[in-house]
Amino acid sequence: MEPTVSAFQLLLAGDPALLAVVRLSLIVSMSAVGVATLIGVPVGASLALTHFPGRTVVVVVFNALMGLPPVVAGLAVFLLLSRSGPLGSLGLLFTPPAMVCAQVVLVTPIIAALTRQTIEDLWEEYCDELTAMNVGMVRRVGTLIWDGRFSLITIVLAGFGRAAAEVGAIIIVGGNIEGFTRTMTTAIALETSKGDLPLAIGLGVILIAIVVLVNALAWTVGRAAQRYAG
Amino acid sequence: MLARRLLIAAAAAMLSFPALAQDKSIVVASTTSTQDSGLFGYILPLFKNATGISVRVVAQGTGQALDTGRRGDADVVFVHAKSAEEKFLSEGFGVKRFPVMYNDFILIGPKSDPAGVKGTKDIVKALTAIKDKGASFISRGDRSGTNIAEIKLWTIAGIDIGKDRGPWYKEVGQGMGAALNIASASNSYVLSDRGTWLSFKNRGDLEIVVEGDKRLFNQYGVMLVNPAKHPTVKAKLGQQFIDWLISPEGQAAIADYKVNGEQLFYPNAHDRGA
Amino acid sequence: MRAPGTELPICLSDVTVETHGVTILDRITLALGSGPPTVLIGPNGSGKTTLLRIAMGLILPSAGTVTWGGRESVAPVRRAIVFQHPVMLRRTAAENLRYALKVSGRLPRKMYDSRIAELLSLVGLSEFGDRPARTMSGGEKRRLALARALAGDPAVLFLDEPSASLDPAAAKVVEDVIRTVAARNIKVVMSTHDLGSARRLAGDIIFMHRGRVVETGAASTFFNEPHSDEAKIFIRGDLLV
Repeated sequence: MEPTVSAFQLLLAGDPALLAVVRLSLIVSMSAVGVATLIGVPVGASLALTHFPGRTVVVVVFNALMGLPPVVAGLAVFLLLSRSGPLGSLGLLFTPPAMVCAQVVLVTPIIAALTRQTIEDLWEEYCDELTAMNVGMVRRVGTLIWDGRFSLITIVLAGFGRAAAEVGAIIIVGGNIEGFTRTMTTAIALETSKGDLPLAIGLGVILIAIVVLVNALAWTVGRAAQRYAG
Repeated sequence: MLARRLLIAAAAAMLSFPALAQDKSIVVASTTSTQDSGLFGYILPLFKNATGISVRVVAQGTGQALDTGRRGDADVVFVHAKSAEEKFLSEGFGVKRFPVMYNDFILIGPKSDPAGVKGTKDIVKALTAIKDKGASFISRGDRSGTNIAEIKLWTIAGIDIGKDRGPWYKEVGQGMGAALNIASASNSYVLSDRGTWLSFKNRGDLEIVVEGDKRLFNQYGVMLVNPAKHPTVKAKLGQQFIDWLISPEGQAAIADYKVNGEQLFYPNAHDRGA
Repeated sequence: MRAPGTELPICLSDVTVETHGVTILDRITLALGSGPPTVLIGPNGSGKTTLLRIAMGLILPSAGTVTWGGRESVAPVRRAIVFQHPVMLRRTAAENLRYALKVSGRLPRKMYDSRIAELLSLVGLSEFGDRPARTMSGGEKRRLALARALAGDPAVLFLDEPSASLDPAAAKVVEDVIRTVAARNIKVVMSTHDLGSARRLAGDIIFMHRGRVVETGAASTFFNEPHSDEAKIFIRGDLLV
């Protein structure tokens, strides 16, 4: 069998099972990144603009959590969502929302830490002008987020790359259930363990294509930003 | 605070997965052998057609699958290690064990057969030879049914594998397919269930070296997780699945599943002693 | 024509600014009242920029007090400053002005567009409304910053080296705007080390050296009959060390 061809043939033929796997991967990772952005950007921005005792510790913790191993995040969410865990009554373990939760835990620190860095740099630049214009705190945060939007988009895309590529967390909390919680990465893990290497390689190539696409998008946005805002 | 946010996140995510709310479904904790062999891919659609219930299979090693049941994260467990299943029942986590089907374990090894075990039907002699020659052996090492069976066979051979192991004995801590991949890449011996072997595609230089020993018998059983322990267990739907598996219809479906014309599992729900 | 508001006079009394053990301003006492432009002159490092920031209220003195119209800590609602290296927001020139109008909130929204056009024309940037502000040249940015400072309808306008490193044409635009602004009864306080610019614009002079105010007075007096030796050396164009 010609490697890589089979998965693409399935994709081109619109194989519903494969499309469902690709679609679930995207839905889960995009939902997770959406939630992580809603949490991470305000948290990162306020961290950039406030000073309180222990702030350095918080900053270091967020930076360290950027490298949080996915399996650890998965395990934490697993223990939380298990029927025997504190949030067991929600019945979310082995469902797509559980996978979203795990990826939110993974991606939020990345978005928060990078946002803090971006907003802090921008604030250093804007501090004098905005203070001189007597801009209030709320508008200040809004202005910095808006003016940092191109960097922030790149950050969000980086978060998406992390989410879409990880397997450790979602295989633990999702269970890799066929047709329900099987994503591209968990399918690759499964097909590899079944020894069906051509299918695994094909899925891998699709995943890489998506990640490359996302990065190309990030690069284009960065370029556009430079041209527009200097 | 984080938990609250997660809750909100989960609720938001729920909205985008409408299938969750209305779908009739159960979670079955089962083994990698039943999934990797493709059995579930064949019988579950038949079950769904018959009852409208979707079965979500979380494929783990037997030990892990039983733990998933113990925590209440599955409605049904479908595994293959009778001793571990009986322990599960005696702890009160299962309602009743039903035998479903069997196949057998086989010893897989490289064609070059460095331990010289090809041709024998005696698995105990074969394992002793592997140990004596120090031939590379891959163990699942994951408390799976296959792993439990393997350890039992070493014990029968009078070898305490916890103590007598050497560098030739490698625990990989992974599923059946992954263990076969590793054996294939390192020309090692490995104990496998027949179903996974038959559907395994990346065989390389491996082949069956020992089969047909009675001690290689591999029985599968199914249990409903006890709703008295975990009220969230979907007892009615779960029992429906069990009833179907042991019904003539379910048993016929199991018998019908073939890979390359070869039957993988043999239904035996009515063998009381199984 | 408008009242100078409550900003004036700006009084500094015994103001000292120190950072990292270095004295930047040394016990400065002075008052800035309404009238023609006040120009701070002195060699680089004499403390002009820091004095502007203190008077603007951007930094707090290490010792001493600053009052605006007799009160301490007045928010800079009716004061504006143009920094030597202005930072523009990552938007077009017109949007930068719209931002300042929004922040000040002194004008009804429907008048923004006409006010933006008016401000751009005042600083000679009518053609630049749609240009991303950060791609503009240093001189253009300085003029845009001037327009932005005026958008908030200030009573006092601080300018830090407004014509430094501008070509003569751009410098003339800036000086013309300063004259126009001053004619509208907005108090201009600016620093420069360009004596020509000081002669052309100043009503009165504050001469600084090494963090101290060495000499103050009407511009004509200062340039014709300076009292201090430092001022004489500086006006002569020699290096003052």
